[in-house]
Amino acid sequence: MSQLVLDKLREKFGAAILETHSNFGDDTALVDAAHWKAIGRFLHDEPALDFDMPVDLCGVDYPNRLPRMEVVLHLYSVTRRHRVRLKTRVGDEDMAGAELDSLVSIWPGLNWLEREVFDMSGVRFRGHPDLRRILMYPEFEGHPLQKTYPADRTQPLVSYRTEDEAGMPLNKLEPFGHDEGMPFGRQGRHPRAEDS
Amino acid sequence: MGDMSNANRSLTLEGSEQGFATTKVDALLGWARKYSLFAYPFVTACCGMEYMALASPRFDVARFGAEAPRFSPRQSDLLWVVGTISQRQGPVLKRIYEQMMEPKWVFAFGTCASSGGFYDNYTTVPGIDKIIPVDVYIPGCPPRPEAVIDGLLLLQDKIARNERRPGVVKPRIDPTDRVKDLVKLRRSALDPAELAPRLRQDLEGQGQK
Repeated sequence: MSQLVLDKLREKFGAAILETHSNFGDDTALVDAAHWKAIGRFLHDEPALDFDMPVDLCGVDYPNRLPRMEVVLHLYSVTRRHRVRLKTRVGDEDMAGAELDSLVSIWPGLNWLEREVFDMSGVRFRGHPDLRRILMYPEFEGHPLQKTYPADRTQPLVSYRTEDEAGMPLNKLEPFGHDEGMPFGRQGRHPRAEDS
Repeated sequence: MGDMSNANRSLTLEGSEQGFATTKVDALLGWARKYSLFAYPFVTACCGMEYMALASPRFDVARFGAEAPRFSPRQSDLLWVVGTISQRQGPVLKRIYEQMMEPKWVFAFGTCASSGGFYDNYTTVPGIDKIIPVDVYIPGCPPRPEAVIDGLLLLQDKIARNERRPGVVKPRIDPTDRVKDLVKLRRSALDPAELAPRLRQDLEGQGQK
């Protein structure tokens, strides 16, 4: 239906729109990170498009691909009733250069969402008014949704009791094993007993 | 007050009868404490719904003298940790526990509070016993109110016996059968081995009708 949005984007930005596709009425445009803000401004201000509501913003890590971190923005127009999904890619293997222009000046509602993407995925937003962690605590090191963050690394704020203090074993009790939990997070770290 | 010290030697005083009973101070204190538990609900997650079910008339935790919530740790002696504790909440939980008066007890309500549950990740404390001591673990996601009442009875049993080792409400596979250092709930005066045939007889009797 709203092939219109993609057509307008291609017409206006040409080579900055790297890739588009439409599945089941969902239009997606992969855009150049350098034009992120200009495209956002255009989508918001153009009367025929009028995207007045940012639905969601998130980061997706593809560790085997360069640039590595994909930032996905979902937009909706309440007046025109159409949607578009914008994607862009930033950052090399070490997440150097993972920077993007902040869109808070266009959609104030993106303030906390950009903080979340910064907190979880480590993308820095240029021009954000208050780029702090929002979910994790300030002492937290690293960005947990990057695939390079170790699956079993925790950063406790209070030191755990030792078994001496507790006077009892603090391992998980039978029938729970030490590696109880989601098995895919631990693959290759703790070989299962039957493997050895 | 039959179970103050020995169930076989209980005596009921009626009407204008007068008399006295002898007991040990510890037993008397334990008996008094176990029926006047003032709860501090530290409710962080979905298990809270089950806590509400427990506290409402259908399951009626008031029967066990543990219905009064106190939203100040200084006025409570039973800490209900109901739900997932994130690393960020760890210091808060520890501080609440430290503010409580002695003697104090702690419930780990639900699988997340007991072991972190399926949140095996960067954000969740893998069981509150890593931070504060726990008296009774109540597994379940969430636990049925019956399981929680089981846990409450286990705690009362522990208090009466002045016992501080942790206990676990029985799941289908009972960990206490494999680990020696856990307190077992005394469910009935009857030996389970004696009870089973009688239950079976009762069931068969019903079937014949």
